[in-house]
Amino acid sequence: MKNVKFLSALLLTAALPMAAYATDLEVTHWWTSGGEANAVAELAKAFDASGDHWVDGAIAGGGDTARPVMIARITGGDPMGATQFNHGQQAMELVQAGLMLDLTDVAEANHWKDVINPPSLLEGCTIDGKVYCAPLNIHSPEWLWINNKIYEDIGIPVPQNWNEFVASAPQVEAAGKIPLALGRQPWQSNLAFGAITVGVGGLDLWKKVNIDKDMDAAAGPDMLKVFQAVVDARKLAAKSTVQDWNQATNMVITGEAAAQIMGDWAQGEFAVAGKVAGKDYTCLPGMGLNAYLTTGGDAFYFPKLKDADKEAAQKRLAALLVSPEVQVAFNLKKGSLPIRGDVNLDAANDCMKKGLEILKSGNIMPAGDQLWSPDVQTQLGEMQGEFWSTEMTAEDAQARYVEILKSGM
Amino acid sequence: MAARKFKLFRNLNAKIAAIPMVLTTMVVFVGGTLWTVLYSFTNSKLLPKMHFVGFDQYTRLWANDSWNAAIHNLLIFGTLSMIFTISMGFLLAVLMDQKIRFEDTFRTIMLYPFALSFIVTGLVWQWILNPEMGIQEVVRRMGFSTFNFDPLHSPDTVLYGLLIAGLWQGTGFTMCLMLAGLRGIDDDIWKAVRVDGIPKWKTYLFVILPMMRPVFITVLVLAAAGTIKLYDLVVAQTSGGPGNASQVPAMYVYRYMFSAQNLAQGFAASTMMLLSVLVVLIPWAYLEFGGKRNG
Repeated sequence: MKNVKFLSALLLTAALPMAAYATDLEVTHWWTSGGEANAVAELAKAFDASGDHWVDGAIAGGGDTARPVMIARITGGDPMGATQFNHGQQAMELVQAGLMLDLTDVAEANHWKDVINPPSLLEGCTIDGKVYCAPLNIHSPEWLWINNKIYEDIGIPVPQNWNEFVASAPQVEAAGKIPLALGRQPWQSNLAFGAITVGVGGLDLWKKVNIDKDMDAAAGPDMLKVFQAVVDARKLAAKSTVQDWNQATNMVITGEAAAQIMGDWAQGEFAVAGKVAGKDYTCLPGMGLNAYLTTGGDAFYFPKLKDADKEAAQKRLAALLVSPEVQVAFNLKKGSLPIRGDVNLDAANDCMKKGLEILKSGNIMPAGDQLWSPDVQTQLGEMQGEFWSTEMTAEDAQARYVEILKSGM
Repeated sequence: MAARKFKLFRNLNAKIAAIPMVLTTMVVFVGGTLWTVLYSFTNSKLLPKMHFVGFDQYTRLWANDSWNAAIHNLLIFGTLSMIFTISMGFLLAVLMDQKIRFEDTFRTIMLYPFALSFIVTGLVWQWILNPEMGIQEVVRRMGFSTFNFDPLHSPDTVLYGLLIAGLWQGTGFTMCLMLAGLRGIDDDIWKAVRVDGIPKWKTYLFVILPMMRPVFITVLVLAAAGTIKLYDLVVAQTSGGPGNASQVPAMYVYRYMFSAQNLAQGFAASTMMLLSVLVVLIPWAYLEFGGKRNG
């Protein structure tokens, strides 16, 4: 008996290296909610099918928890094969310190310059003329998600924009529902603020403040209106006490709350719950007021490894992520938009089609992660978290907002 | 000269054995601390860089509302937690000291929470205080349908929610320290007060209490140090919310060093935390060690 065990163990250890022709790559990311995990499974499937092996390194708790772990591993000398970051400034210093693999040859061989749309995504990956990341999807945070059934039960039409929603809130409250679901993590308050800025303040104001960094505009009366709109909104969310965004989305799905301001990734949760866009829920890009979307998103960075085999596998994965098949399979599950305009997304649902149209019409703007450093984003999160949860006045909040933006210039 | 050399080589084996630990302390603790303080005067972002900016990071730190809120919370939490751990710990120890039956059992029960980590304590109390499944719901189901108890979701009461969990976890340990102190009191004292006919509560308050000064100081220092490093309990229970109402300095340090990719700002905050620990520890060390040598 003992001998048999020993023999089989021997066989196993001998067989393993033979099976490992394919290169293992550990990929870290923070996609752990139901819809996200389904989307990641598509990436893993495609990579495994291409002959390599995807070792999943999901880190729970959202980007703010996951990024420190990733950065610590890269700077600490234990780099993974590939890792998710948002485009823009999050990984910039790592690239500048020479810790990331240069993907320029992959980008040129696969004509990324021609296929990736909008081009700002590739620009977000490019530092000093070299490409350091493979963009994977486009995410826009300025969406309002509404549960249709609540409005049918009350007997009023489903709001078609933010103003109508605010006007309908008293009736929703009278029906014993929470008008606005909001997760109590700072980034979600910050996201809701950004969405209200675009929706209520309009694109010009947004561009002046965030792109031209015009501090007079940030301190001006138009911006004050945005802050006052938030004061109204936070009253609607007062009874929402959950923490994670998907718990807040779940409140909308189950009919506990009427609406949520959340990025297009919320769609994945609705899909997992078996809800149909347009029938069970309504999605309003740009809060239904200004159909503009910021185009942030996720990208994969590849830390420099010493092993040449692994480096080749990293480049294979980079090319694979941008390939049309993977783009379609992944983004349909994730609810995000593909980074190339030449793929067929007929299978997309109502909401994704709205997003695709906006993308095609060119009503897009760069994301906060590309325009402001994580330092500024964190301070904004702190400030918005407090603004949404306390009695802070619109004027005080605006003054602090301007101070924070100045610290990042 | 010869005598000094002799002294240096005395207990040579013990000294050689201590070298690794001494080196670890010097390099890891002292070295790491100095390095952190040094880099808090730079403008390091994601990676440490030697570009000095003077006291800029400290100016910014003390202008930041979230940091000031954290300090404010810490002071309130720290004061209350010290008052309650000491008074409740002493009271429980006195009750335990009445030669009751099953003392061992009670002591074990009281000490059990201390065996749990702060993360577990925080999560458990988050559930207990959750209005939809915790105390509020239980009381409402018993028929009091208007009963409201939701400390964690209001900025005014969230600190007390944290305090309940902190006390539940730590009081048992304080009680054990106090009990050991009580048991250390000489039996002759008890006999003497009985002869004098002093009531029991007076004895505890005016005779025993002053005699237990060292225990009290130890408990005080433990509670103070525990408050300053408070982190995991808050993360598990409220993650700093609602708003900034339960932020603590350690969370600020973590957030700036890692999420915000602003190392120097985090270092400046942690240097301030180190200073506050020293403010607590130095007087204590002086009282405990310095005082005896002089006296």
